[in-house]
Amino acid sequence: MSDVRQVLREANAEAVRRMLAAEPVLIDVVAAADAIPELGEGMILHAGPPISWERMCGPMRGAVAGIAVFEGWANDLDAAAALAARGAFQFRPNHDFAAVGPMTGMTTASQPVMVVENQASGNRAFCTINEGLGKVMRFGGNDASVLTRLAWLRDVLGPALGMALRSSEGIELKSLVARGLTMGDEMHQRNVACSSLLLRSLVAALASTCGNRTILTTILSFIASNDQFFLNIAMAMGKAITDPVRDIKGASVVTAMSRNGTDFGIRVSGLGDEWFTAPVEMPDGLYFPGFSAVDANPDMGDSTIVETIGLGGFAMAAAPAVAGFVGAGAPSDAAHITHTMREITLAENPEWTIPALDYQGVPTAIDIRRVVETGIAPMINTGIAHREPGVGQVGAGVVRAPLACFESALWALGKRLGVT
Amino acid sequence: MSKTSELPPAQSPLEVKATPVSLIQGSPRVVNVGLSGFAEALAAQGVAVIQVDWSPPARGDADLATLLSKLSD
Repeated sequence: MSDVRQVLREANAEAVRRMLAAEPVLIDVVAAADAIPELGEGMILHAGPPISWERMCGPMRGAVAGIAVFEGWANDLDAAAALAARGAFQFRPNHDFAAVGPMTGMTTASQPVMVVENQASGNRAFCTINEGLGKVMRFGGNDASVLTRLAWLRDVLGPALGMALRSSEGIELKSLVARGLTMGDEMHQRNVACSSLLLRSLVAALASTCGNRTILTTILSFIASNDQFFLNIAMAMGKAITDPVRDIKGASVVTAMSRNGTDFGIRVSGLGDEWFTAPVEMPDGLYFPGFSAVDANPDMGDSTIVETIGLGGFAMAAAPAVAGFVGAGAPSDAAHITHTMREITLAENPEWTIPALDYQGVPTAIDIRRVVETGIAPMINTGIAHREPGVGQVGAGVVRAPLACFESALWALGKRLGVT
Repeated sequence: MSKTSELPPAQSPLEVKATPVSLIQGSPRVVNVGLSGFAEALAAQGVAVIQVDWSPPARGDADLATLLSKLSD
């Protein structure tokens, strides 16, 4: 028995070491098919653990139909839905391909993806470009305005960003996020500071590589008007940080938390790429004018990768304004939430600190043993999609990861280690 | 560390008895462990109370608690 505990101690120490040693750098924007060679015609990567068309929620179905039209696999949304129902498309989780996607998380061959390289371990991770707020595909939007914007991302913004990044040495993300934390971001529901810092880092390279002033103006306006532009970069960064932690024998550290609008799934280092799932929870939040909880879709998206690395709900104390925005209570409650997340994590990140907590580091490396023992579920900040396809975002809130995922993972870890 | 001979003399039985009386006469100071409803009820009556979050390990699941004991330091 003491050998098992020793294995766990050493494995978790290695998991923490790899997470904290990561050096994520935004280096490029390329077509998804170039980043992920397996992505072919009819293949759709989605958020969360694996799911079939039959079990998909409304906004996920809406996004699938929209992206199929966008890729030219169907002439209209109805035809796309019919094809999906007939099994014409192959659905796979983003996480299986070093990728992540917010909310519905659609990733297909022609979409541009941002490339984050973890220069400590050499692996790369990918995420599509943030579309902005309102009616967008990640929230299930799929009308002509949504598809037109996706085409602009593919044909204009993606190539321009890629060219600018390739002309530079890339953008080092660890220090940028550290500054963002001191400026009130938690990198899930608030990315105002990091989006601004990113634009500041990019603007000279964009100006020198984009020869068309009209296009440059449009690009700068698009990024500058989107407070959440950095979210997708933070997500790719999270994936780049956690992928090297996969498959450390005996480690009880969570390497992914993700939802597809139907199931919540986690992966655990010592259990490789196996998903442990439970029914997803409903967010508790605040709604845009004209909407209420009856319109809300259950929790969805790969964006919980930011909580997995200690940001988002785990870093709520850095962003007290978010506590109000997502209905999590008063600013003083924000500190309590971060303190509580310390109960279920193994370390603090000394490079990502929170001024309001006397520069304590964000809680890092969720330990399934601590989650099960304390009954404290990870706190997640999230956007809320309308439950019907085609509508888009209706609010923002907080949601807890279901404890059942962690309990079933703990049983599997016990079995893997030979103690059950 | 103090030597035993330096410790103050033990209280007499009479002094010990007086302690609960002073507790009742003064305002209670409460630490509530576990279910927060008790703390909230006291707070609603103006009683100063400190809430300590606690719940049985593994939400009271004996099998999970046993498993945890095998996997935890």
